[in-house]
Amino acid sequence: MADKNNGKFLNPTPMIDNLEEGPWPSFIKGFKELAERTKKPMLRGVMDQLEYSYQTKLGYWKGGVVGVRGYGSGIISRYSMISDKIPEATEFHTIRVQPAPGMHYSSKNLRDLCDIWEKHGSGMISMHGQTGNLQFQGIEEKHCQEFFDDINKEGWDLGGAGATVRTGASCVGPARCEQACYDTLETHQQILTHFTDFVHRPELPYKIKFKFSGCPNDCMNSIQRSDIAVIGMWKDNIQIDKPAFKEWMGKHGVNRLVNEVITLCPTKCISLSDDNELEIENRDCVHCMHCLNVMPEVLSPGKERGVTVLIGGKSHLKVGSMLGSMLIPFRKLDTKKDIDEFIELADEMIEWWCDNGLDHERIGETIERVGIYQFLEDVGLEAHIDMVSSPRDNPFFKVAY
Amino acid sequence: MATETREWETIESGPKNYKDQLHPLCVKNYGKWKYHDRPRPGTLRHVAESGDELFTVRAGTHRQVTVDIVRRLCDLADKYAEGYVRFTIRNNIEFMCSSWENAEALIKDLEAIGHPVGGTGNSISAVAHTQGWLHCDIPATDASGVNKSMMDSLFEDFIKEEMPNRVRLATSCCEINCGGQADLAVVIQHTRPPRINHEILSAICEMPKAVARCPVAAIRPTMVNGKPSLMVVEDKCICCGACFGACPAMEINHPDHSLLAVWVGGKNSNARTRPTNMKLVAHGLPNNPPRWPEVNDVVKRILMAYKEGGKNWERLGEWINRIGWKRFFEETELPFDKYLIDSYRHARTSFNQSAHVRF
Ligand code: HEM
Ligand code: HEM
Ligand code: SF4
Ligand code: SF4
Ligand code: SF4
Ligand code: SF4
Repeated sequence: MADKNNGKFLNPTPMIDNLEEGPWPSFIKGFKELAERTKKPMLRGVMDQLEYSYQTKLGYWKGGVVGVRGYGSGIISRYSMISDKIPEATEFHTIRVQPAPGMHYSSKNLRDLCDIWEKHGSGMISMHGQTGNLQFQGIEEKHCQEFFDDINKEGWDLGGAGATVRTGASCVGPARCEQACYDTLETHQQILTHFTDFVHRPELPYKIKFKFSGCPNDCMNSIQRSDIAVIGMWKDNIQIDKPAFKEWMGKHGVNRLVNEVITLCPTKCISLSDDNELEIENRDCVHCMHCLNVMPEVLSPGKERGVTVLIGGKSHLKVGSMLGSMLIPFRKLDTKKDIDEFIELADEMIEWWCDNGLDHERIGETIERVGIYQFLEDVGLEAHIDMVSSPRDNPFFKVAY
Repeated sequence: MATETREWETIESGPKNYKDQLHPLCVKNYGKWKYHDRPRPGTLRHVAESGDELFTVRAGTHRQVTVDIVRRLCDLADKYAEGYVRFTIRNNIEFMCSSWENAEALIKDLEAIGHPVGGTGNSISAVAHTQGWLHCDIPATDASGVNKSMMDSLFEDFIKEEMPNRVRLATSCCEINCGGQADLAVVIQHTRPPRINHEILSAICEMPKAVARCPVAAIRPTMVNGKPSLMVVEDKCICCGACFGACPAMEINHPDHSLLAVWVGGKNSNARTRPTNMKLVAHGLPNNPPRWPEVNDVVKRILMAYKEGGKNWERLGEWINRIGWKRFFEETELPFDKYLIDSYRHARTSFNQSAHVRF
C-alpha cells in the first residue's frame, strides 16, 4: 500500500485532485490535509468514493435511520452503496446542529466544537447547510450519542430534519446592521426554542421553516426559502438626516441623486425640493429599501418599527416554486409579550396545517388547496388589501348567505 | 456493548444562545448602528451612534471545511478580531475588527492562507451550494466541485466590485433545487424517466408514498415476476426525480442523461422590484466533472454580458427586464428553443398576452 501511494496515507484520486488547482479555496486540499494528519480511515474511504463518483458520474450514498436517544431527527444517515469496493466509508452520517442566531461564533466555542468533533468524528464540517445548520459530516452510528452528549453539555442542540420545524435562520440584524427594524436574533432564539419539541420529533405533515430578516432587503431570502418569513418593517416616515444629505450631495452630486436614487424609486415618491432638500412622499413608499441602501448615511427606517409576515414560500416540488405572500403587513415585535403573541399565532397556523395538510404538503400548498378564506377564518385573521397585488379579475365567487 | 447508565441528561436547548457569541462592539452598539460604507472590496465599516467604528472583513471559504481550517480561522479571529466570527448564508466568513489596522493585517493573513477577501457590494459573491456526491443520497452531480470550478473562473469578480449590482449564485444537484433562487443558478435537469429497479423495489419501497410523491400521477402499481412493483407512464412523467427521493429503486440519475441547466433572474430582496423566481435559459449542458467547462462557459457568458450592459443597481433580472428576453438571448448567443416555453401549471402567466414585440 505504502508503495502505491508514495508513502501517503490517501490512495491516488487523480480526478478530484484537479480541484486542488485554481485561486478559490479548495475543499479537496482541505480534506487531504486533514486525512494525512489524522489518518482516519473514514476520510480515505470518502475520498475514494468521491473519486469513484467523479469517474462514474453517479452518487453512492443511501439513507437509513440513525438517531440519538429521545430525538426523531437531527441526524442524516449515510451508508455507502459500494462498501464492498470501499469498506472504509461504510458509514458516513451527518449531525445537524443549530448555530447561534445570525451564525455568530466565539472562537473559544468553535475550537471546543472542533476538538469534540475530531475526537468522535471525521473532522469534516459543512459551514453551513442551506437551511442554516452547522453540519458535522462523517461519524459512525456508535459514536453519535457520545458526540451529541459532549456538545450538548456546551449548549449545542440538534437541528431539524424530515417533517419538523426546521432550524431557523436570521440575519446579523441589530448586532451590526443599521437597517434592522426588529431584533432578529432574539426573535429567532425565542421562537425556535419554543418549537424545540417540533424540531426534534417529526410530527408535522412536512417541513416548516422560519427565517428572520431585519428589513425588506431580506438577506435571509426568507420570502423564497421559508414557510413563515418574518421581515422587519417600519410604519412612519423614513428618517432623513439633513446635514448628512448636504454632505452626500457634496460627495456624489445631483446626477447620482437623480440617476441612482430618484429614478430608481419604484413608486417615484422621492424628489428634490426648491431649496434642494430631499423629500419623500411616504404615503407612496412601498418600503423597498433601495434609497436607504444607496444613502445609508442619510436615510434610516422610521421610528415606529415592527415586522411584516409572509407565508407559503417553498421550492419546486410539487406545484412549482412559490414565493411567500403577505399575511400580516405590520405587527410590533419589541417585547416578550409581542413575541409570545406571535408564537401563539404561529402555533395556531401550524395546528391548522396539521389538521388540513396532506402528507408532504407545505403550508403554502395547503393554503392554496384548501383556500385562503378558510385559512384566515380558522386562524382568526382578517382579509385585507395588502395580501394581494390586485383584486380578482374573474367573477366566480359566492358571498356568504 | 454500550453501558445502559447515562451520565448526561440531554437538555433540549434549541439554538445556541447568541449572547456570548457576539463581538464586544456589537454588544455595546446593539441596535444603535447609524450607517455603513465599504473602505475597499471585501470590507465594511459600520459607524454607530456612539461614534464607534467596526471594520468587517469578509472572505470566501471552502464551505466544506475541516477542523484544521476552522482552527486557523479561529487563530486569526483571536489575533485580529477579539475572538469572534460570523458566517453569511453564502458561506463567507466575517471577522469584525475594532481598528482598520487590524483589518488590513487580517486581510494579508487571510490571503496568505488562501481565503480571498471579497464578496461585498456589487461583486459576485460565493455560491449557495448543496451537498452533491460528497454526502447526499439523491444527487446527479457534485456541488462542492461545481462551486469550486465556478468560483475559480469568476474569482476576479469576487474580489472586486465591478458588477452593476450584487450577484448571487446557486447550484443544485437535483431538481429539488436546495440551492434556491439566485441571480444565476446551475441546476440538474433529468431528461429521461426513472428506470425502475424491480429487483430491489418490493423490498425497500413504501409504494403508496412513492405513488403519492409524483406531481403528475405517472406512477402506477403493477406486478413484475409475481411481485408487486411500480411502473411509470413515461408519456406523463416530467422527469422531476421526486419519486427517487421517496424510493431509491426509482433510478432517475444517469451519467449521460442527467444534464445541467442554467437559470437566471431570481431575486430575493425587495429593493426596487419585487422578488422574482429565476427563469430557464439553457439546458442540456453536459454533466462533465471535474471542471464542468461547458457550464462555466455559459455562466461566464451571461455574467459578462450583464457586466457590460447592466446599469448601476440593476440586478441581473432587472437588466433583462429592461432589454427584454429576446435581446438577452442575442447578447449571450444562447439558443432559444421550445422547451424554454413553460408547459407546466400556470404556464399562461408567462405568455406574452399583448402586442408588445421588439424588432
Ligand atoms: C423525502 C422527502 C424529502 C426529504 C428527505 C427532504 C429533505 C430535505 C433536507 C435534508 C433539507 C435541508 C434542510 C437543511 O439544510 O437543514 C431540505 C430542505 C428543503 N426542502 Fe426538502 N426534503 C424532502 C422533500 C421536499 C419536498 C417535496 C419539498 C417541496 C415541496 C421540499 C422543500 C424543501 C425546502 C423548501 C427546503 C429548504 C430550502 C432552504 O430553505 O434552503 N422538500 N429538504
Ligand atoms: C423529494 C424531495 C426532497 C428530498 C428527497 C430531499 C432530500 C434531501 C436530502 C437527503 C438532503 C441532505 C443532503 C445531505 O446532506 O446528504 C437534502 C438537503 C437539502 N435540501 Fe432537500 N430534499 C427534497 C426537497 C427539497 C426542496 C424542495 C428543497 C428546497 C426548496 C430542498 C432543499 C434542501 C437544502 C437547502 C438542503 C441542504 C443542502 C446543503 O447542505 O446545503 N430540498 N435534501
Ligand atoms: S435583512 Fe436588512 S437588517 Fe438584516 S442584514 Fe440585511 S439589510 Fe440588514
Ligand atoms: S424605500 Fe423604496 S419605495 Fe420607499 S422611498 Fe425609498 S426607493 Fe422609494
Ligand atoms: S440539491 Fe438535491 S441532490 Fe443536491 S443536496 Fe439537495 S437534495 Fe441532495
Ligand atoms: S420522475 Fe417525477 S414525474 Fe416522473 S415518475 Fe418520478 S415523480 Fe413522477
